[in-house]
Amino acid sequence: MLSVQKVQGANKKNKVFLYTLSTCGWCKKTKQYLSVNDIEYEYLDVDKCSKEEQKEAVKILKEKKVPVAFPVIIIDDNVIISGYKPEKIAEELGI
Amino acid sequence: MTALDKVKSRAEQDARSRGIHLTLDQNLLNDLYSGLKENEERYGYPSCPCRIASGKFEHDRDIICPCDYRDPDVEEYGTCYCSLYVNKDVYEGKKNAESIPERRPLDKQMKSLEYEETEQTTESPKKTAPVTRKLHYCRQCGYVIFREDSPYICPICKAKREMFAELSPNISFVDV
Repeated sequence: MLSVQKVQGANKKNKVFLYTLSTCGWCKKTKQYLSVNDIEYEYLDVDKCSKEEQKEAVKILKEKKVPVAFPVIIIDDNVIISGYKPEKIAEELGI
Repeated sequence: MTALDKVKSRAEQDARSRGIHLTLDQNLLNDLYSGLKENEERYGYPSCPCRIASGKFEHDRDIICPCDYRDPDVEEYGTCYCSLYVNKDVYEGKKNAESIPERRPLDKQMKSLEYEETEQTTESPKKTAPVTRKLHYCRQCGYVIFREDSPYICPICKAKREMFAELSPNISFVDV
């Protein structure tokens, strides 16, 4: 079981999941962008995970054919956005 | 000087010596400084804050800031992978800094994660490809480095990778 964190938000319309690094500037920007727009989301800081959890996270990303680069935003289990792309997130979430 | 000040001064000095700039986005800059400081405390060296480090120096050597990929990325995209370093156009606002593709080879990333593509057999649980290091020297300044491949850019004289050649020293050991 991965140590997923949840951030509450008024907009719960979509299931938003992020794979992030706690030290990464672009990952922080992505989290801030979602919070400012009051989007509820879950995230996993991969660098803070155990090796086993990291491997599991990488396996999931590889299965989804996503490059192992952070942040990765997965919306409703099917839309994948790699990197900080606010316009694309806005488009997908209808912000 | 605090640990954070050291990180800042190192980055400023490095940008100056390379003729490039640090991002003007102050929030991003401070986040990256904190990330570098945190990684230095965690691993003993300031690995890139936007990449996963293994904590093993030999696997992370190429992503220690300034990483091996900084100069080609700044040249091609105007910014390095984490956007700490940017070129003149981005610095002057003529071009936007954004997330760029990862240049680090996938096998190095996977090695960092100690992630194997296929399940390992019970017979040899730790079987990994041997690292073949060679001596490479810069034909411009004579700098010599011992590792798998030559650097993208000479850390001393900034010559490009093409200036590096393999060195095959003829060393003979004499029994005493």
